[in-house]
Amino acid sequence: MLCCFTVFIFCPTQFHNLQELRHSASLANKVFIQRDYSEGTTCRFQTKFPSELESRIELTLFEETVKTLNNFYAEAEKIGGQSYLEGCLACATAYLIFLCMETRYEKVLKKIAKYIQEQNEKIYAPRGLLITDPIERGMRVIEISIYEDRGSSGSSSGSSSVSGSTAR
Amino acid sequence: MHLGESMRECEYSQISTRSSTPMETPYKKRTPKRKKWEAFPGRNKFYCDGRIMMAKQTGVFYLTLVLILVTCGLFFTFDCPFLAQELTPIIPVLGGALFLFVLGTLLRTSFSDPGVLPRATPDEAADLERQIDVANGTTGYRPPPRTKEVVINGQTVKLKYCFTCKIFRPPRASHCSLCDNCVERFDHHCPWVGNCVGRRNYRFFYMFILSLSFLTIFIFAFVITHIILSSYRKGFLTALKESPASVLEVVVCFFSVWSIVGLSGFHTYLISSNQTTNEDIKGSWSSKRGKDNYNPYSSGNIFTNCCMALCGPLPPSLIDRRGFIEADAPQMAPPTNGITMYGATHSQQSHMAAATPLLQQQSSEPVIITSSPENGTSLPARASLTLGGPCTSLPLGQPTPPTSTPSLSCHEAADMLPIHGHTLNHTHPLQEQAAVHHYLTPEEVPSPPGMLHCGSPLGHSHTVQASFYNPASQDSLHEDSVRGLVKLSSV
Repeated sequence: MLCCFTVFIFCPTQFHNLQELRHSASLANKVFIQRDYSEGTTCRFQTKFPSELESRIELTLFEETVKTLNNFYAEAEKIGGQSYLEGCLACATAYLIFLCMETRYEKVLKKIAKYIQEQNEKIYAPRGLLITDPIERGMRVIEISIYEDRGSSGSSSGSSSVSGSTAR
Repeated sequence: MHLGESMRECEYSQISTRSSTPMETPYKKRTPKRKKWEAFPGRNKFYCDGRIMMAKQTGVFYLTLVLILVTCGLFFTFDCPFLAQELTPIIPVLGGALFLFVLGTLLRTSFSDPGVLPRATPDEAADLERQIDVANGTTGYRPPPRTKEVVINGQTVKLKYCFTCKIFRPPRASHCSLCDNCVERFDHHCPWVGNCVGRRNYRFFYMFILSLSFLTIFIFAFVITHIILSSYRKGFLTALKESPASVLEVVVCFFSVWSIVGLSGFHTYLISSNQTTNEDIKGSWSSKRGKDNYNPYSSGNIFTNCCMALCGPLPPSLIDRRGFIEADAPQMAPPTNGITMYGATHSQQSHMAAATPLLQQQSSEPVIITSSPENGTSLPARASLTLGGPCTSLPLGQPTPPTSTPSLSCHEAADMLPIHGHTLNHTHPLQEQAAVHHYLTPEEVPSPPGMLHCGSPLGHSHTVQASFYNPASQDSLHEDSVRGLVKLSSV
């Protein structure tokens, strides 16, 4: 199942799927995308492209991921007819209704989990990256782990030290 | 992919961890896995296998429960038969419904997660430290209080760094020193409810005090009616002798009604202006601070604010209480100046009673502390003190909070001080006799000492509430302590 690793000049390694990532890579660095509070306390993440990822992934892909996540969170926290209805119904039933029903927020969070899983599989893992669902980090950050191939020699470890030092 | 637990408090068990724990091995170890609530770093108590979460001191909560149960019990036993007969049976039914609603909201407020922010993982903390170093251009020397400024809807808001939780607190979040947690949209710590009141349980709290006001007034009114009707037939004294329970109920209700109705009124005002108790006490958005000072979170419309607070979406719990602790999370390569800085400050902790050494930072887990299960007091490397004795007052009849355990609230000023007698503030137990409801606002040490405007509550117009906390003395003490600390730091 081990695939062949293609070492590019800039992009160190290429992984074919998450499994290979796990078995043959080592964690080199983690990048944290912080929250963007400029619009208040609603959940939004900064779309600024971190320098550590410059050599790893295209700007457009990254931005699209973050923007989609932001949209999901906006949808979850949206205050409108449906949320009012849910709130009033819950109050009327003394909040017992949540024993049988999922809140809208939870439904959206499930969608987000699926989306992140899909993004990881299709886009990030092949580039040696892994996104952690923000809910696991208390919705503070989007954690992107950067993996380096354990197996290959000099060049990739050289590039990892380069990327490591730029992160400092 | 199972989500459902019977109580939908926190559902994030193992679903999305697939993406973050790539080291899944096909053969799991047979060691019994501990649940995350057992290793929770804050000072909370958990029951029912993590489903119920309360503050450490719950004595007053039981008092509340007893008061409500006894009063209502007496009402239903002694007054309701008479009233149902003489007037209408709807009265006990209505009373019963109100009582159940009050109990439900009380339990919901007390048992749910107020919106605790989980502490930063070691990697995150190291990353933040690095960024701060880069921003300050120094390493090794700890700079003055860390704040980040953010412009929200045209208003500049300062985000403070929490040394205990190692995060920059989101706007409106605050660190509760009693529970030792950062809580989102922190309102206050309510000893009567035995929990903090924050983003996730504010609406339950409001419903509780509102329905309790109605219940109190209801019971008061009908007990008086009962006594009056009886005394028409038998005379006043005979009526009293026959139902002594009514006297007790009247007394309890009479004394509670002022405080509870007042509190409901106060919180109605807060909701309609979209402020937290914390912000109101500090006068954060008061126009006295400046002409352009306004509340950036308010939508401007009372009705919208109310709807947002009460009927807005209920966010899920961010702390996964019932999930299992993952022992195999991958660790980054040994961190650099981030952790060594922690090591340096660790040496400052000499007077910390239960200081768990920083080794935990090296351990492989976001949710760390496995050492002290009792109260989970993992004291990460902060020689932080409790400033702000003002609002860490405790409810009547309660022992002062564990002064022996130097409570860790995150204070920027504390960062500067080497070792300072932490008893500075903690030993003024502010026993306010009149205060029925203690607003335990966290000790936020504003970075420029000049910004201490805590005296403003005296000026605010909630006359009923003004009697409940005595801000003047508290704030002068607070100010003194802060000045003292600032002086120390400058030495």
